[in-house]
Amino acid sequence: MNKQRSPLFHIVRRGALPWYATWGIRGGAVLLALLVCGVVTMLVTGEDPFKIYLAIFNGSFGTPRKIWVLLQNISMLLCISLAVTPAFRMRCWNLGGEGQALAGGLASAACMILLANKLPNWAVILCMIVTSLLAGAIWGGIPAFFKAKWNTNETLFTLMMNYVATQLVAYYCVVWESPKGSGQIGVINPNTQIGWFPTIGSYKYLLNVIIVAFVCVGMYLYLRYSKHGYEIAVVGESERTARYVGIKVDRVIIRTMLLSGALCGLTGLLLVGSTNHTLTPNIVEGRGFTAVMVSWLAKFNPIWMVLTSFLLVFLSRGAGEIATNFGLNQSYGDILTGIILFFIIGSEFFINYRIQFRREAGKEG
Amino acid sequence: MKKLIALLMAMVMVVALCACGGNAPAQNETAAPAQNETAAPADEAAAPAEEAAALKVGFIFLHDENSTYDLNFLNAAKEACENTGVDYILKTNIPEGQECYDAACELIDEGCTIIFADSFGHESFMLQAAKEFPEVQFCHATGTQAHTAGVANYHNAFASIYEGRFLAGIAAGMKLNEMIEAGEFTADEAKIGYVGAYPYAEVKSGYTSFFLGARSVCPTATMEVTFTNSWYDEALEKEGAQKLIANDCKLISQHADSMGAPTACEDAGVPNVSYNGSTISVAPNTFIVSSRINWVPYMEYMINCVKNGEEIATDWTGTIETGSVELTEINEAVAAAGTADAIAEAEAAFKAGTLHVFDASTFTVGGEALTSYLADVDDMGDFAPETEVILDGYFHESEFRSAPYFDIDIDGITIIA
Repeated sequence: MNKQRSPLFHIVRRGALPWYATWGIRGGAVLLALLVCGVVTMLVTGEDPFKIYLAIFNGSFGTPRKIWVLLQNISMLLCISLAVTPAFRMRCWNLGGEGQALAGGLASAACMILLANKLPNWAVILCMIVTSLLAGAIWGGIPAFFKAKWNTNETLFTLMMNYVATQLVAYYCVVWESPKGSGQIGVINPNTQIGWFPTIGSYKYLLNVIIVAFVCVGMYLYLRYSKHGYEIAVVGESERTARYVGIKVDRVIIRTMLLSGALCGLTGLLLVGSTNHTLTPNIVEGRGFTAVMVSWLAKFNPIWMVLTSFLLVFLSRGAGEIATNFGLNQSYGDILTGIILFFIIGSEFFINYRIQFRREAGKEG
Repeated sequence: MKKLIALLMAMVMVVALCACGGNAPAQNETAAPAQNETAAPADEAAAPAEEAAALKVGFIFLHDENSTYDLNFLNAAKEACENTGVDYILKTNIPEGQECYDAACELIDEGCTIIFADSFGHESFMLQAAKEFPEVQFCHATGTQAHTAGVANYHNAFASIYEGRFLAGIAAGMKLNEMIEAGEFTADEAKIGYVGAYPYAEVKSGYTSFFLGARSVCPTATMEVTFTNSWYDEALEKEGAQKLIANDCKLISQHADSMGAPTACEDAGVPNVSYNGSTISVAPNTFIVSSRINWVPYMEYMINCVKNGEEIATDWTGTIETGSVELTEINEAVAAAGTADAIAEAEAAFKAGTLHVFDASTFTVGGEALTSYLADVDDMGDFAPETEVILDGYFHESEFRSAPYFDIDIDGITIIA
């Protein structure tokens, strides 16, 4: 083998790096990404890249209102990311966050519309909470049941359930449309505000932020310290091992997906009851898919997810700000976000692998 | 070994950073002149704005310039603000949800004192913001709630686009006549196809007036309508147009915002009457004419009202006279001979008040002439019609409120699934 001409370099898996090295690599990737963004911006648009960076920053932190919007968007993205995480840790790829959240949103909108003036406000809100969590759980539970019983592919199944939920919501948008023929529900109960979650003081989004903060800490404790969390980890590592030590794998799968779906339903509830007070087929805005990235980048750790969801929301708010300030298209902001994500995801490669050049290879090989 | 590699990695990164960092200032220098050049016109634009007490207008758009509907508003916004010398901020891709409210608030934070939104679904969120900021003027296109909401700083606007549709319909009818005379099909086969968005009053009013315009010159014309249930879906609109062409429709028109229907027509060689603006770029061999609402007059009006400290009308309807309803240039290569003259004649009759689009003597419903119709003009969410709109022998569209409320299915038009 030594006589053969070895390639110029080859890729070798590396062992665990100390935390400062991994975060150094990640930080370096972000800096490098910003530099590339700056160069691309300057070449393509002729704008001063530093002004663009400032605009990105101002998009999130420019005014107190923008900070609140940032917090609100982080909460919603984080909530749905937390929801899909237990399933991911079990190596069960729940890509149906979008549909599960829509199912929850549909349930809470139904309560707001159908129960208004029939039940007192607190009872309507209680019904909304119960039904939306249930609806999300059912939407997540159906694929889990099929996976547990007949080993169907949960990735495809949950994806398909997204389309079913979207069409179902589109259908009810027409059923409950106002005004007639518009195909839109509009704001539900605008005058009576029945089913609207209370606002804390004058802060519209504070309630969402607090709820999601609790969910975040709760999820961390659940995964880290509870028996369920341990079972999830074992099933994720190896189903056979789990079976060997006496864990009922089917039950864990279904239970975890029910939890995952219910938390997605919670996101839908917050979007409809607490934020928009309306329902549209795209009310979740693709967060169910962005959540996959948030969860993955944070290595399925709920606390790190705060950081990754912040990063993604920060970038998208910045993209919008660039579009407004420089008369560039929103797509340009998306290009920048793409560049940055490319570097961040790429940095994971350098954390797990290293490149060996020929000379070094000879020494070690 | 691991530590060594980590250290090496860090070193490489630092070197890379230094290298890039070293380049950065140089890049800046080259960027600086370019920056100044682009900044210069902006400064000039800002200068007259300061004279006008730094009036700033914020615009909210549902999509960006890729949608013909939003493009029409975007161009109007820029033109109106430049004509009146005020500053402006454009926010595109704002969904019809809480984001619209947030966008309005952000615009106010940036110093805007007029907020304009262009999509029907923005209305409730504009109204919510209007209640919160009574000192800011909110203007919403195509909405229905201003005249009943009782919020002094909230206004609706629309235009009597049904008159423009009627004129475009005349061009369609003349084209049908020409094709009948050329022996391409018999008079009984003169069927128009129409791709609509939603079965909503704005769309129904649009295609009915278009149809009446066509039938005023081609009496045997009939029409088939299909809905996409979306304001913007290129694939669905193209599919809808293709379906209508397969059903033997001889001419296509549409009320949806993408290039879907015009491209389908160009592929099949079927004449097309467009909406929102000229689509001649994608359909040079089939585009006849397009009707559109020109929003510049309204936007200038609202800006001037605020400048002069006057009240903006609660519910403003643009007309042919205000310059709000327009036809694009006629594509003479496709249009029938004499189209321009026939349109000019009808336009003069509109201005003189002798011609009415929804003249009750020109259409029937269920075989009978319509003598009375209650419309749901006061949009209180009750769907209860309360206003008699047929007076003096014609349906008074856009007179009791700017947004259309003609939602009758008349004879001669078939809705297909």
